[in-house]
Amino acid sequence: MKAPVSWIREYVDLRADVTTEELAARLTALGLKLEAIEKPGDAITGPLVVGRVLTMEPEPQKNGKTINWCTVDVGDANGTGEPQGIVCGAHNFAPGDLVVVVLPGAVLPGNFAISARKTYGHVSAGMICSAAELGLGDDHDGIIVLPSDAGEPGDDALDLLGLREEVIEFEINPDRAYALSLRGIAREAALAYDAPYRDPAARETPAANDQGYPVVVDDPAGCPIFVARVVSGFDPTAPTPAWMARRITQAGMRPISLAVDITNYVMLELGRPIHGYDADKLSGPIRVRRASAGERLTTLDGAERELSEQDLVVTDDSGIIGLGGVMGGETTEMSSTTTRVLVEAAHWDAVSMFRTGKRHKISSEAGKRNERGVDPVITEAAADRVVELLVAHGGATAEPGVTVVGRPPAPPTIPMAYELPARVTGMAIDAATAVANLEAVGCRLDRGDTGVTATPPPWRPDLVDPFDLVEEVARIVGYDQVPSVLPVAKAGRGLTREQRLRRRIGRTLAGAGCVEVLSFPFVGDEAFDMLGLAEDDVLRHTVRLANPLSSEEPAYTTTLLPGLLKAATRNLGRGAPGVALFETGTVAFPVDRGPAPIYGVDWRPSDDELAKLFEAIPDQPLHLAVVLAGERERSGWWGAGRPASWADAIDVVRRLGAELGVSVRVEPTARMPWHPGRCARVLVGDHELGHAGELHPRVCAAFGLPARSAAVEIDLDVLMRHVPDVVQGPRFSNYPVAKEDVALVVDESVPAADVEAALREGAGELLESIRLFDLYTGDQVGAGRKSLAFALRFRAPDRTLTEQEASAARDAAVALAVERLGAVQRA
Amino acid sequence: MSGPNTDYDPVEVTPLKPEEIEQARDAALAAVAAATDLEGLKRARLEHAGDRSPLALANREIGALPPQARKDAGQRVGQARGAVNKAIADHQAVLEVEHEERMLAEETVDVTLPTERSARGARHPVTTGSERIADVFLALGWEVAEGPVIEAEWLNFDALNLGPDHPARTMQDTFWTDPADNNLVLRTHTSPVQARTMLTREPPIYVVCPGRVFRTDEYDATHSPMFHQVEGLVVDEGITMAHLKGTLDHFAAAMFGEGISTRFRPSYFPFTEPSAEVDLVCFVCRGASPAVETCRTCRGEGWIEWGGCGVVNPRVLRACGIDAERYTGFAFGMGIDRTLMFRHGIEDLRALFEGDIRFTTAFGTEL
Ligand SMILES: [Zn+2]
Repeated sequence: MKAPVSWIREYVDLRADVTTEELAARLTALGLKLEAIEKPGDAITGPLVVGRVLTMEPEPQKNGKTINWCTVDVGDANGTGEPQGIVCGAHNFAPGDLVVVVLPGAVLPGNFAISARKTYGHVSAGMICSAAELGLGDDHDGIIVLPSDAGEPGDDALDLLGLREEVIEFEINPDRAYALSLRGIAREAALAYDAPYRDPAARETPAANDQGYPVVVDDPAGCPIFVARVVSGFDPTAPTPAWMARRITQAGMRPISLAVDITNYVMLELGRPIHGYDADKLSGPIRVRRASAGERLTTLDGAERELSEQDLVVTDDSGIIGLGGVMGGETTEMSSTTTRVLVEAAHWDAVSMFRTGKRHKISSEAGKRNERGVDPVITEAAADRVVELLVAHGGATAEPGVTVVGRPPAPPTIPMAYELPARVTGMAIDAATAVANLEAVGCRLDRGDTGVTATPPPWRPDLVDPFDLVEEVARIVGYDQVPSVLPVAKAGRGLTREQRLRRRIGRTLAGAGCVEVLSFPFVGDEAFDMLGLAEDDVLRHTVRLANPLSSEEPAYTTTLLPGLLKAATRNLGRGAPGVALFETGTVAFPVDRGPAPIYGVDWRPSDDELAKLFEAIPDQPLHLAVVLAGERERSGWWGAGRPASWADAIDVVRRLGAELGVSVRVEPTARMPWHPGRCARVLVGDHELGHAGELHPRVCAAFGLPARSAAVEIDLDVLMRHVPDVVQGPRFSNYPVAKEDVALVVDESVPAADVEAALREGAGELLESIRLFDLYTGDQVGAGRKSLAFALRFRAPDRTLTEQEASAARDAAVALAVERLGAVQRA
Repeated sequence: MSGPNTDYDPVEVTPLKPEEIEQARDAALAAVAAATDLEGLKRARLEHAGDRSPLALANREIGALPPQARKDAGQRVGQARGAVNKAIADHQAVLEVEHEERMLAEETVDVTLPTERSARGARHPVTTGSERIADVFLALGWEVAEGPVIEAEWLNFDALNLGPDHPARTMQDTFWTDPADNNLVLRTHTSPVQARTMLTREPPIYVVCPGRVFRTDEYDATHSPMFHQVEGLVVDEGITMAHLKGTLDHFAAAMFGEGISTRFRPSYFPFTEPSAEVDLVCFVCRGASPAVETCRTCRGEGWIEWGGCGVVNPRVLRACGIDAERYTGFAFGMGIDRTLMFRHGIEDLRALFEGDIRFTTAFGTEL
């Protein structure tokens, strides 16, 4: 909301020495947040003058544009008194119009220096200005055409346009709809300075009578009060007075025509949106009702709209003529021939306004006010103010009929204990202060022994609860008066086990050389195709979004890999020789247990109801993904480097398991997006954690990653569930260790892990550790065979093992491997 | 120092003559002193102090002497041998030091050579930043509460006094899951975690909720459809706005340094009443003239907009089953990404989500 300071001062007696900055700061402290202070004149150095267009010659150009070669009378402002030749690209004016001319030597906002220059075959000595060029808003559509009585050619235009005036732009919170008017802002200014205030809505209005235009309201809940007034003999060619056009422009709107400008002006002044109809286009009584499904209306903006049963409409005998409170229809629109105007000032149900605006995606100045709540009591005054201005500036006559249907809804009453403001804010606010401040914002109070019953003023529909009143009291006392007291919490238990584990997991991965990435969790078929997932892959069963940012990525992801692989490609593309990236984040799987219930808010849902609510929420396990691509170890003076491989990926998981005290095992499997011969299924006990290994060559190619890139994706929730609660202190023997090496030849398809498991089992409890230290394939073992060499360490808790004991244990180990896996011991 | 005893023949000596013992001792000392390395010293030792050295042989003959002569001779020979052994030991020590110095000098390498064989890892600044924030509150005895990202509409809106027609719902453009009548959203704030906490715990409640949130914003230098928030919630007897102010002042000082405090401006949030915007004293210029006039961090304001806060609306307490007569509460929320952006001078929000390792590894020292 933009408010010219001079307009604010019209309703409140502020001392002359109150600066705009100070006023803005005081209002900000009260809750009207300063967005910007505009002083457009500061960025302009003259000459900027009024000009009268004498001639204009349209000249089509080769580029398809048509420019106008104009001569403009600028009085003596150019020093010669001769007409000024100016090229202008706009077309919204005609000879005889008064326009704003900037002459050579002037500087416009943005350090735009004006000089005479050759363009389109003419020397253009200056420029005819648009509002945007003068820093008056964003309106680039055409130049400013001044009212015909605005002044004489050569007059200084800076004052005329109000460019030397200061305008404060406020960000108005949705609860303070009353501040979407000068009436409301001035009221806050009066509050800020404890200064006298004149309410612009306070006026005598003619009493309702039965001579007015007939109006029937079928839905008094949707439209509690409807006021109609008619003026006739209106001169549609009458110009908007310069002061009014200026204020409308300063407030960020655009002057259009006198009748429209007057309704907008009164909306800015009082906050009450007004609609004007061409009364000669109306047929029969005006009626307010809800639309029927399927009914249609073409609104003022030219859009044809299909209406819903929830939309409030205004009709006459011809059918629907407007979406009540939101936008009028085309058929009864005021035009350049309108001489009889019906002024509609109506109070509309805010919720209906909000729904209709949202449904039809209409965002208008009127809608913005109606959906947040307007003072219903000033409806008659607003209509009367419009009539007054139509009469004063449009030569119209007010018809005697005054239609008033319905009455303003009764305001609520709100009890508030005197001690509540102090109890809620921690400030020392006594009963007298509370009472004074509530009265200052316009509440009527019924004072009791322990508290008040407040009737909020009609322009404050946001005041409903006692705590709303507390805020009013507190903001006037001043939020800067709130003391700073650190509360003493009950003793906490620190992080949960899972929270501590997550920190540990992140540190472990960073310690292993991986860099953390956060990617967007949106995914689509393209990414699944790039991962080579089958049509029926479970990962394609996603939670879809109703309104995704991109139709290419319409779902919440089931895997962290797409984002991570893309980040890897991006890094390699930017010159990194290798990357190791990790991400921890939730993925989502649909649960298909029906919609989540919507409960009331007046009391807590029961435990059963809550359980039902929680159940409807998709499963969102925490995943970890890692990608390793390109160089894993650098080459250097120490020797050759090493590219990342499947083994690095599996090692990341094993290391993580070891750090967390979880025994992780792997078994061969085939699963996209991994290489079918280089993919490990990772398990804890019989619970699958996920997969690790080399990516499928097609996947590397699809993502633009180097061949042999490797990746991991596991479910951290499962991993964390298996982390032991309390580590048992290990006991170990200090008797000498007995070392035995064995080499076993097995079929190439036998996993080393199976051989190790057999050895471990066969060796019995004297075995302290086992480690595979060599792998050989080749002539010595024959085709399709491999030799695995293991180092076994034996130790007893209570004695030194004899050589016989150690070799017996070794033999038992070998025997089981032979029996179970057909292993042959190598000599 | 005498020359080496090349013509020395132990068999021919008459061992027990004092002069000869002296001579043998002097020869030995001379040989020891003449050794220039450990090898030479070893040779001298074998020759002059070994089993077949003159002094050793002389020692062996002592036993055959009459008692008085034996005593004298024993003393003489013993002194001579002691002197030689000491000389050997002393010289050995000197030569060993020399040897070690030489060897170490030979093993010198160029320690300025590069040593990093594999790249360094790093956690993301949003992760470490969230932990840092959580730690500030953990130190106050608070706990960290969390909830799912895909959330029930009722928890994200209704329970927080954002009814179906609340204008505030238009302030937050929400991602809905398909079909929309499943009533599930990507949470637009971490406030549903507050609701969950109040629904499932008894007061007193002191929790902080960091987490990932979503809004249908376009992706640019200051907006992102995904970002991170931290919210705090306290529900206890006797809680006031003053406690809120105290908490935020403490938080500000912990994150930005001693003396950095906050100010409140009246504002509007459906879940709090009264509500306030929180501004932070600019931690660069501290709002002090003349630095503030040219400060880029606060653009000359002296204050930085930090977040929103307020007293928990009793309607929210009621919807969550908390006795609003007995308990009051406060809540606050701010953007983690935004906090990090001005704390670390990050100019483009997208840097957080691009995954460029050069960006993330730069935060390796963040605790
Ligand atoms: Zn600053």
